[in-house]
Amino acid sequence: MSKKILMEGNEAIAEAAIRADCKCYFGYPITPQSELPAYLSKHLPEKGGVFLQAESEVAAINMVYGAGGSGVRVMTSSSSPGISLKQEGISYLVGAEVPCVIVNIMRGGPGLGNIAPSQSDYFQATKGGGHGDYKMIVLAPSSVQEAADLTVDAFDLADKYRNPVMILGDGMLGQMMEPVEFKKSSKNNLKRKTWATTGAKGRKPNVINSLYLQPTELEKVNKKLQKKFKSMEKEVRYEKFYMEDAEIAIIAYGTVARIVKTSIEYARKEGIKAGLIRPITLYPFPRKVIEDAANKINSFLVVELSAGQMVEDVKLAVNGKKDVYFYGKLGGVVPSPIEIYEKIKEIALSSRKK
Amino acid sequence: MKKIIINEELCKGCGLCVEFCPKKILVISEKKLNRKGRHPVIVLDEKKCIGCKSCALMCPEVAIEIYEE
Amino acid sequence: MKKVFGKPKALQETPTHYCPGCGHGIIHRLIAEVIDEFGIREKTIGVCPVGCAVFAYKYFNVDMLEAAHGRAPAVATGVKRAWPDRIVFSYQGDGDLAAIGTAEIVHAACRGENITVIFVNNAIYGMTGGQMAPTTLIGQKTETTPFGRNSKIHGYPIKMCEMLSVLDGTAFISRVSVNKPANVIKAKKAIKKAFEMQIKGKGFSMVEVLSQCPTNWGLKPIEALKWVDEKMIPVFPLKDFKVKEG
Repeated sequence: MSKKILMEGNEAIAEAAIRADCKCYFGYPITPQSELPAYLSKHLPEKGGVFLQAESEVAAINMVYGAGGSGVRVMTSSSSPGISLKQEGISYLVGAEVPCVIVNIMRGGPGLGNIAPSQSDYFQATKGGGHGDYKMIVLAPSSVQEAADLTVDAFDLADKYRNPVMILGDGMLGQMMEPVEFKKSSKNNLKRKTWATTGAKGRKPNVINSLYLQPTELEKVNKKLQKKFKSMEKEVRYEKFYMEDAEIAIIAYGTVARIVKTSIEYARKEGIKAGLIRPITLYPFPRKVIEDAANKINSFLVVELSAGQMVEDVKLAVNGKKDVYFYGKLGGVVPSPIEIYEKIKEIALSSRKK
Repeated sequence: MKKIIINEELCKGCGLCVEFCPKKILVISEKKLNRKGRHPVIVLDEKKCIGCKSCALMCPEVAIEIYEE
Repeated sequence: MKKVFGKPKALQETPTHYCPGCGHGIIHRLIAEVIDEFGIREKTIGVCPVGCAVFAYKYFNVDMLEAAHGRAPAVATGVKRAWPDRIVFSYQGDGDLAAIGTAEIVHAACRGENITVIFVNNAIYGMTGGQMAPTTLIGQKTETTPFGRNSKIHGYPIKMCEMLSVLDGTAFISRVSVNKPANVIKAKKAIKKAFEMQIKGKGFSMVEVLSQCPTNWGLKPIEALKWVDEKMIPVFPLKDFKVKEG
């Protein structure tokens, strides 16, 4: 039985985690996501779960490694600088094949930056901010409802692939309040994790480890992981908006995509056939839908709250077939629908001349 | 009667057991070499063993087993 | 003939990679004996460090997690909070616990995390080839203090037992050594008490074990044992620093 309630993004993600049978949460306060741990500190113990505020983001990700390695559903959350601190832990989690959910509510950077929304951690999330060859599924919600739904999926995907899954939001999503319904429930939380370190009762000991000193052994492990990352490609998700007859495709994700939708409405009123492809998974990146679009449309415009990170993946997918333009905002400045519309108009009209 | 059995393949010839045997019945063999190229410890005179377990307590390789009648 | 001393069940058959005379082998065996004696092997989960004991998961016959450098107390916390009825221990060296991991160990102790920490202090970084550790003695020559540790440049050796024992969350803090049979017996008693504290749910327990590192001290094994007596114990006295009553 669910009903719509008004909740902020941070809290919706927290509530969704509880509904997804998250057993443990370890985190540290950092703006703009502190409401997430605060919500769980109140509500997770009620459901028999464990909430612990760690002494640092480093400690938190390692607590996640311990709990996840011993087979329970576990989550941590932070914002950009704190996610930087977690990179070593994330690399270890992937190397040791420990499932978990990591939430990044992005803020302005680099360095201490500010607490305003940003999308400048795309590279860190999708290209591996930590060391080594690795990937994790990265989900980018653009509404509070989607954040709640994707959180449940994140736990299922993490268990399915024995890999960390990241939910990449931004300060706007974390802080804004929207109606949300918790209709989704976890699909496979009951599968027993026979690999977990729960105590070697009646079996040989299990080891959670990422150390393989022999190069040929580590090569084998890496090949296995690469195969796994490739198999994650079937989890690709995206949304198409007005793409059927589009002449210009805007690629944007998260809350920026919402602003872009408004810009597209303005453009359509002026006779400009603009459309949006909104990646929902940033890894795996929706290459194919962009590749296909490149055959039909005139040009692409990528809009990000950064100096241009996802635009590189778009360019790779487009592979030189058409021009890819970029419009970005830095420092936590959020664009208005009008300024994006103006950019769309400029590019669409000049592309028609070609 | 006490009996000690030394696993010569595990022994690294560190000499800790030799140092602490109160009856001085352990010695690092000069002739024997194990598969790792180390000279293992051997028991010189088992009859003198008093079963104090000092050797086994100090052995980092758990290479010494002690039996009693 | 009855076997009165042999390999504990909680140790695997795998021969160790440790140097001849190294204290790790003795300490591993003591922990394994305690696990056997309490009958907790099937519910014990260990966390191994980055350091010479990085392969501890090959030697202990229990479930183990390999932690990032210094993070073992946090990993152990994650395991213990998920499974409070399991016995969780971490095994760490002086770099792991007292350098990079100081935040994690202090806060695990502060929280009274119901885990057992075995802290192997050999006053040097073994695995990486003999660099200065936070517990290196003044005047001690290492790869990164070739002229001897100088307090003006490198500060003073850190005293972990002394520091942690003032925290309310701690139940048992003790320093022991394994450089002679009498000390090995006392070390085992302390390790046993530490695990007992966890079994009884008393709070955080830690045993700091002064250990010999013949290779990096540049001494023969027997000389290394004497160095512990002559040089280490005066700086790191052996005693119980905290014993929670009741």
